[in-house]
Amino acid sequence: MNNILSIFKREFMGYFTTPIAYVFIVIFVFLNGIFAFYLGDFFNRGQADMAAFFAFHPWLYLFLIPALAMRLWAEERREATIELLFTLPITMGQAVLGKFLAAWAFTGIALVLTFPMWGTVNYLGDPDNGVILAGYIGSLLMAGAFLAIGSCISALTRNQVIAFIISAVVGLAFVLSGFPLVLDFFSGWAPEILVQAIGSFSFLSHFDAISKGVIDLRDMVYFTSLIAFWLFANVVIIEFKKAE
Amino acid sequence: MDTLVSVNNLHKHFGAIKAVDDVSFRVNQGEVLGFLGPNGAGKTTTMRIITGFMAPDAGSVTLGGDDIVDAPVAAKRRVGYLPEGAPLYSDMTPAGFLDFVAGIRNLRGKEKNRRITDTIEKTNIQSVLGQPIETLSKGFKRRVGLAQAILHDPEILILDEPTDGLDPNQKHEVRTLIRGMATEKAIILSTHILEEVDSVCSRAIVISAGRLVGDGTPTELRARSRWHNAVTLSVRVDNGKEVQATLSNLPGVQSADLVSQKDGLARLVLYSTHGQSISTTVNQVVRERNWAVDELYVEQGRLDDVFRAMTSKLL
Repeated sequence: MNNILSIFKREFMGYFTTPIAYVFIVIFVFLNGIFAFYLGDFFNRGQADMAAFFAFHPWLYLFLIPALAMRLWAEERREATIELLFTLPITMGQAVLGKFLAAWAFTGIALVLTFPMWGTVNYLGDPDNGVILAGYIGSLLMAGAFLAIGSCISALTRNQVIAFIISAVVGLAFVLSGFPLVLDFFSGWAPEILVQAIGSFSFLSHFDAISKGVIDLRDMVYFTSLIAFWLFANVVIIEFKKAE
Repeated sequence: MDTLVSVNNLHKHFGAIKAVDDVSFRVNQGEVLGFLGPNGAGKTTTMRIITGFMAPDAGSVTLGGDDIVDAPVAAKRRVGYLPEGAPLYSDMTPAGFLDFVAGIRNLRGKEKNRRITDTIEKTNIQSVLGQPIETLSKGFKRRVGLAQAILHDPEILILDEPTDGLDPNQKHEVRTLIRGMATEKAIILSTHILEEVDSVCSRAIVISAGRLVGDGTPTELRARSRWHNAVTLSVRVDNGKEVQATLSNLPGVQSADLVSQKDGLARLVLYSTHGQSISTTVNQVVRERNWAVDELYVEQGRLDDVFRAMTSKLL
């Protein structure tokens, strides 16, 4: 536990000693505003909720989270600090978890900093703040899933650009798997149950449900097990490839 | 003295290349083991296996009673390690970095402060504590790496080329630091600087193409040199060839080389057979013949010579 905390602290502080933190937060908050107000037609919808805000999160995360996750392991490899890290008395799991949690907490902060949006909605109308809270929880869980994917893929390479691109593509597959674009590809020949299974892997459908205020256990389990799976894969990859 | 590091029949392949081929050795408390070998001989790979960064294909490593594969965390607690090139988190400051390492090394409160202060003093990095590591000179980076390795006062210290890239003063400082810690620890340091073996190591092993080819104290290793007990002699004569002919027939002298002959001064090197002492015999002949001797001294043997002989015959 102490080791996870030490690694968490180092990683987390690391975001703020470089410009990464500020660039990421500013862009995240700014794009959220743009998307919600212009693309999401926030005002003209005439509804006191944040649906227009949350609707764009999967797309925002799709390229912002890989940018955050790509350095997690690729940089350790490139700088050879991975040798330093894994000759310290820690386990792979502690290192993977510490790094992941740091990145996740950082996304959490970026998310919290969108509070002016929440303030605006509350100023203009009388929204259901429970639904909004659910939206934030759902968004954070989805960010965690994107991050776990990104962290795992970052462990495969020492090149951050490659890590970024592959993470974004895998993320895209998860976002789109509920869309006809992907499902039509399978529905012609694959058994119905497989098509449904693929459809049920979609970030969008699970996230939509939560952000509408329906905190269904299945959606929570979906995201947490996805995070667990990718982090486990991350540990396995590091174990086998750390010295390469 | 306790055996702290025990390396048993280590093997490691990379594809078809045998990087480490049946290497075994032990290091006791109080010993400083010099790990010699040409570049690419397998020094770094062996060190990476000992410190648990790589798993061996076969063989085992025990560090103070803990097996590095079966009990990696316990074994790693006992070790301070400076990896090759001293990699560091370049965006951190030395102060932040040492704090991080202290956390992982389970140092807390007063003990932590004491250890950090002590280490900073020993490695002489006070002046750069607040600067990002990426802005430091090579010498300071190396010292921060060393600080990280000795922070928890480990019983075993493994240093991969600790003085590489340092200037002569810094080299001297690092060697003094290592010597100062030698009595209570088992230290392994890899190097290809042979003077380093003389100045800090109590024992040296030589590795070539993954195989262990030599193991002994610097004096023992030097005795294997063809220079061991060789005599260098300068005589004031015009015809050095005559001196050479006389001396090369002496018992115990394997051969005599006439190194130079100018301005009435002949300089010769007499190699001894099997390293036996020949200086007395040579001295006697010199006196009998009444040669005017400018210099006469006995060679101890040359480590670089032994090193070359050991590591090139396998190539």
